[in-house]
Amino acid sequence: MYLLALKMLLGDRAKYIMLVGGLTFSSLLMTQQNGVFQGLLSWTTSHMRNMRASIWVVESRVEQVNETKALRDTDVNRVRSVDGVDFAVPLFQGVMKARAADGSDKQVQLIGLHGGTLYGRPAVMVDGDISQLRVPNTVVVDELAAQPTRLGAGLGRSLKVGDTFEINDREARVVGVCKTERHFFGYPYVFTSYDQALQYAPRQRKMLSMILAEPKPGIPAEEVARRIAAETGMKAYTVPEFERSTVAWIWRNTGIPASFMTTIILGFIVGVAVSGQTFYSFVLENLKNLGALKAMGAGNGLLAGMLLFQAITVGVIGYGLGLGLTALFGLAVAQSGQPPFKLVPLYLVQTFGAVLVICVLAALFGIRKVARLEPAIVFRG
Amino acid sequence: MTPTASPHADGAVCVRGVIKTFGVGDARTVALKGIDFSAAEGEMHLVVGPSGCGKTTLLSVVAGTLDWDDGDVSVFGTRLDGMSKGAVTRFRRSNIGFIFQQFNLIPTLTLVENVSVPLLLNGAGRRTAEEKAAQLLKQVGLEGRENKRPTQLSGGQQQRVAIARALVHEPRLLICDEPTSALDSATGHQIMDILSGVARAPGRCVIIVTHDPRTYRYADRITEMEDGRVTRVLDGAALGEFVSMTH
Ligand SMILES: Nc1ncnc2c1ncn2[C@@H]1O[C@H](COP(=O)(O)OP(=O)(O)OP(=O)(O)O)[C@@H](O)[C@H]1O
Ligand SMILES: [Mg+2]
Repeated sequence: MYLLALKMLLGDRAKYIMLVGGLTFSSLLMTQQNGVFQGLLSWTTSHMRNMRASIWVVESRVEQVNETKALRDTDVNRVRSVDGVDFAVPLFQGVMKARAADGSDKQVQLIGLHGGTLYGRPAVMVDGDISQLRVPNTVVVDELAAQPTRLGAGLGRSLKVGDTFEINDREARVVGVCKTERHFFGYPYVFTSYDQALQYAPRQRKMLSMILAEPKPGIPAEEVARRIAAETGMKAYTVPEFERSTVAWIWRNTGIPASFMTTIILGFIVGVAVSGQTFYSFVLENLKNLGALKAMGAGNGLLAGMLLFQAITVGVIGYGLGLGLTALFGLAVAQSGQPPFKLVPLYLVQTFGAVLVICVLAALFGIRKVARLEPAIVFRG
Repeated sequence: MTPTASPHADGAVCVRGVIKTFGVGDARTVALKGIDFSAAEGEMHLVVGPSGCGKTTLLSVVAGTLDWDDGDVSVFGTRLDGMSKGAVTRFRRSNIGFIFQQFNLIPTLTLVENVSVPLLLNGAGRRTAEEKAAQLLKQVGLEGRENKRPTQLSGGQQQRVAIARALVHEPRLLICDEPTSALDSATGHQIMDILSGVARAPGRCVIIVTHDPRTYRYADRITEMEDGRVTRVLDGAALGEFVSMTH
């Protein structure tokens, strides 16, 4: 009977296409928007993956990695003196104006790494040598910064090792090009030494942005972070803690999640509306046939099962097509990385669940109708 | 003559004092007013009477597709009153075949799929069901059209498919509501010929509600109704007289 149920629905081409189309659109909207949202969220924590420090110590009011409130220089030593800290180094971070060869100004994310250890340095160098940062007036740029439309402007090509540009009227000579994950603000990275960063940046009373620390071998980072926080009064986060805190901050303080959620919920509602409506009219049109089946001895359970089976089948097909289209979208944007895009398996499963919920809801309208159907109606003309 | 006095009254279907009302207040209609009715195994039993006299209602009660208010109904010795809805459904599934005025074939399924439905409902496998269905289609003269769809057929052909569907699971009771009234008279005769040829079996009771006097001659017995009650039950010589009179 389930096979026949499917044929009943497939036989109604218009409704079948409408159902699958509606569910495809709904699935596409939900997975694609979620993909962009997750991509955007991953940008908010890319800083930590670019710099790979174990413990991030920040001013006590800082809740997310993209925010800085300056610390006192002496705070580094306070962290170093905490039991369990292997070493702690200062970090400068700030958005600066850099001038390209053609004289145009570009915003960059300037990172000043501790000169002795270069702790927090990027993982992958494409060209050059990051240890050259110990030489004055040198920088390592990421591939984004090196682009001809960014600091390569005026050169007609990408910035290379040996090229120079200016940061706040001071010369910066490129000694390396590195790979990074894109930062939330969209500015390219320029790495330099901490001392050099203080030269580039406009003078302020407090210049220390953050302190990066490494726990002694064998002591968990969480434990050391807790001790730092307790003893210094600053906030100390491990990477997972800071990621969670950053994402939570985004949820609390920006309209980004709300706007994505709105679209995702809209996708859900469109799915329910279109498929519910279409499926219900399919049931209405087949009421006589369903009544005949009932008269011939099909119970409510079987008929409900048939309707559910029909609905879930179109749901699976629609979800599959929607996911396929989302994947195509993902491939299309993968090259430029814009807009951000990240498919999280858990959310794909949840979206599939949402599509199934849509189908069950759609089927329920029909099931209610069929359950109340008197089989005797088939005798009426 | 009363139904119980009939020599055929070995009780395939037995209805005693059944009352059925529809609606409440001003809209209240008493469709069956304590009706008595019986039909026997092996007979073709026609139910006739003016429009609105309760024929379809009686048929629905006998088929177990409609609840009634009072009275007893038994089919092949099984009491339908007091049975749970599920039990009635299961009883109907294996014991009753249906032929409707509007055929009620599922338009998106092929003929063989339509005919196999009662077998599938009774738990048969698809292959077995379709083989049996093809056999029945052959019996009603539709061999070679198994994979056509109902909409590709004429009304008479569709009703033949419906007959095949009604008989495929070999029900003991066949219930037909105006099987010929959607058809022209020649086709109607064809259908009645097929019904009296294919549907008749020693253990089977065929009940046909009809308006059409030309079908009377196929009857073994006729129950005439008026206003929710049985007025006459005709068989033997009385039946012959009635048939020739209405012709
Ligand atoms: N579902 C219903 N709701 C309300 N009234 C009904 C319903 N079904 C039947 N009736 C009423 O019950 C009476 C008997 O109806 P029924 O359909 O049994 O008559 P019938 O003899 O089959 O008529 P016809 O020859 O026109 O088919 C009629 O007065 C009809 O209006
Ligand atoms: Mg009727």
